Amino acid sequence: MSIQVQNIHKAFGDFVALGDVSLDFPTGELVALLGPSGCGKTTLLRIIAGLESADGGRVLLDGEDASDTHVRERHVGFVFQHYALFRHMSVFDNVAFGLRMKPRSQRPSEKAIRTKVHDLLKLVQLDWLADRFPAQLSGGQRQRIALARALAVEPRVLLLDEPFGALDAKVRKELRRWLRRLHDELHITSIFVTHDQEEALEVADRVVLMDHGKVEQIGTPEEVYRHPATPFVYGFLGAVNHFSGHVDGQSVRVGDEVLRHAAPDLKHGDEVIAFARPHELDIVTDLAGTDGVPARVARVLSFGVTARVELDGLNGATGQHFEVELTRERVEALALQEGQTVRLHPQRLRVFAR
Amino acid sequence: MAGATSLHAGGDVAARFENRAATREPAWFKWMLIAVSLTFFALFLLMPLIAVFVEALRKGWDTYLAALIEPDAVSAIKLTLIAAVIAVPLNLTFGVAAAWAITKFNFRGKHLLITLIDLPFSVSPVVAGLIYVLVFGAQGWFGPWLQGHDVKIIFAVPGIVLATIFVTFPFIARELIPLMQAQGKEEEEAAVVLGANGWQTFWYVTLPNIKWGLMYGVILCNARAMGEFGAVSVVSGHIRGLTNTMPLHVEILYNEYQFAAAFAVASLLALLALVTLAVKTWVEYQATKAKDVTE
Amino acid sequence: MSRRAFQVLPGFNLTLGYTLFYLCIIVLIPLSAVFLKTSQLGLSQFWDVVTTPRVVASYKLSFGASLLAAAINAVFGLGLAWALVRYSFPGKKLVDALIDLPFALPTAVAGIALTALYAPNGWLGSALEPLGIKVAFTPLGVLVSLVFIGLPFVVRTVQPILEDLDTELEEAAASLGARRWQTFRHVTLPILLPALLTGFALAFARAVGEYGSVIFIAGNIPMVSEITPLMIITKLEQYDYTGATAIAVVMLLFSFVLLLAINGLQAWTEKATGRNR
Repeated sequence: MSIQVQNIHKAFGDFVALGDVSLDFPTGELVALLGPSGCGKTTLLRIIAGLESADGGRVLLDGEDASDTHVRERHVGFVFQHYALFRHMSVFDNVAFGLRMKPRSQRPSEKAIRTKVHDLLKLVQLDWLADRFPAQLSGGQRQRIALARALAVEPRVLLLDEPFGALDAKVRKELRRWLRRLHDELHITSIFVTHDQEEALEVADRVVLMDHGKVEQIGTPEEVYRHPATPFVYGFLGAVNHFSGHVDGQSVRVGDEVLRHAAPDLKHGDEVIAFARPHELDIVTDLAGTDGVPARVARVLSFGVTARVELDGLNGATGQHFEVELTRERVEALALQEGQTVRLHPQRLRVFAR
Repeated sequence: MAGATSLHAGGDVAARFENRAATREPAWFKWMLIAVSLTFFALFLLMPLIAVFVEALRKGWDTYLAALIEPDAVSAIKLTLIAAVIAVPLNLTFGVAAAWAITKFNFRGKHLLITLIDLPFSVSPVVAGLIYVLVFGAQGWFGPWLQGHDVKIIFAVPGIVLATIFVTFPFIARELIPLMQAQGKEEEEAAVVLGANGWQTFWYVTLPNIKWGLMYGVILCNARAMGEFGAVSVVSGHIRGLTNTMPLHVEILYNEYQFAAAFAVASLLALLALVTLAVKTWVEYQATKAKDVTE
Repeated sequence: MSRRAFQVLPGFNLTLGYTLFYLCIIVLIPLSAVFLKTSQLGLSQFWDVVTTPRVVASYKLSFGASLLAAAINAVFGLGLAWALVRYSFPGKKLVDALIDLPFALPTAVAGIALTALYAPNGWLGSALEPLGIKVAFTPLGVLVSLVFIGLPFVVRTVQPILEDLDTELEEAAASLGARRWQTFRHVTLPILLPALLTGFALAFARAVGEYGSVIFIAGNIPMVSEITPLMIITKLEQYDYTGATAIAVVMLLFSFVLLLAINGLQAWTEKATGRNR
């Protein structure tokens, strides 16, 4: 089922959590709402679920305006950040809860409930835990039970609030893959909220990047990573080096130094910020000329497949830190010393007006 | 302001402090502090309790039993039970409603509301009785009207019930509010998302989580309802066999120098207090156990 | 666009409405009667009623004895709480359970029991008599019953804070060279102080209004051992409703001030210890 939000606005007192957000979530996709804390992603998720009401705008479920539909009637599955498992009920009773709360006329027989709950527990691979209580489960197990509980009522969409937020790194990775596989099996339209870019890029079909209550970019993981649309997205996804300066003809001037790079849609003299990923910078030891930004080598880390060089900016870039990723061969050829002054040459630069 | 009465978890924390060099006091200090504290405890708490039972049995079992089955004593016991049976459920309903409104929703003036709920704790029992005399008494607001319709509230059972409700008003709400606040509303929201209606949400999700706090509030409320003296004394009129509760009956017997009988009735109330403390300890134990399971 | 305000969880109007209704009919409207009744008195008349020498003597006794009792409880209550939290000793569970006795024991029972103990022929009274100390039927008796009434407040507010106290704090102090006493004075006590003051204020508030446990042991001698609540009763027995109400107003105003102070103290405790009671 498709989800559309149109012109959603929500403020808490003076704080604007969501400012005029419109989004389309196509049927069957797994979408990540990604952004730093306080960007409004959880609020948006709760508005879609009907747990929160928007000050303005509409939520369409399957093309129908659901804004006035109570959360009880929206038939959404919601997995809470801290799972909200009923601590006084066994795992089985937790999963069966939604079915047992149905009006008598629609309620399945106790036998049907039993079958269904066991099927779901098998689906999340935890049927051997049916009689345990939530407190006796690990974080990852609780997460999966919460998911099974949400799926029991056959929701039209599945909404997950920071599904892996409360788990440790190793379990996170496993569960991520597992959630992806589960989604491929069920193909239920799903949205999950996360502040972890790696998680969003790895799991989702499509990523919505949000900041300060606004949508910054929407796209496949590949699109948003390769072609960030805004400075925020550039800075938020992956490691990045940035240079502040202004446009000077066919280059960007940082203090007295020059970064050769065309910025076709910007005027001469415009204040700009330029980004380069660590692997998009090269180091040259030849100090002649003003080409590139001077920096002092602080540390060379050459234990991985690629080597990393950390540098402190000089002259126009004093006080800034840079990170450059080079091949091992290149680092050996350069024979860098700590404390040595070098120049940084960007091979690719993304320039944004300030 | 029932801060002092809220549910607290026991557990053996002493070992945590006694096993560490930095938090362990010298033995002489430890035992001196224990000795001083326990002497204080014995003088002010233990001995009065023992005195009640000793004085009650001073003239033997026959006098003791006679004091308890005497008609005025029996009617005082009945009246005490009636007052508690009415006051406790009313304050229970109120407490649950108030805690639900306060902890599950946001609204303006919430803080003021909590303070107002606490108000009866800080009002002297005597003043609590007085306010009902001013409203329902012969010279009060509704006095003439009530007299015209031959309804008696002051110096009658309704007045006693009202005064009891007032002094026990905050007990259950005060117990539930912090408890439900701490539990948040995620579980209730989860229930609603799964299709539960309001009553189902309360009955299957909220109530099991607050049952120990609820019981705790109820027993404390009940103990105070049965034992209230000052407020009830003002509105009762002290009519023997009609408007005397057990504590008032104790006072009359005592003032008539029937010490053994006074202490006999008092010993029933002291037993009630001991039962209350025992149940309270048991509830605390259960609550701690439940907490250990769920955390 | 218009949309009716909605709540995810049901029952807001019902529960809040009932709460306010019940609060009004049981507490607020009857309490307002006191102030309305007093407003019939002129200010100077009111002043005359609440400052007659006998009433003033009762204030002195009520407030003085209550303050002293709360102070005694603060000291010994802290000691008891400390012993209960930090040491193990035989009978500890029983002592812990009995601390709440003053909450559970009807005040009239406490009153006659304390009187029986401290009367000249009682267990403790007869022991104190040769020393020239008379407790029952003197202001000292009032103090004794107010100590009884207030004891649990201090113990029960301090105890949970002590239990939650991080041992690391004291270990850090010790590692920095602080002696046990210095650690207590500069580390532990400041953490406990808000709770201790809250307990003190709670005990004080309860003691000022206390009636049942005091009247038996006080002897109720005019100008010497009459407490303020008793003055209200006395006026009522003389059908002097206005006089009784005027004194009640003084007590109520005092309770309100104290209630505000206690709320402030509790907020401070929560802030200082980062704990939500």
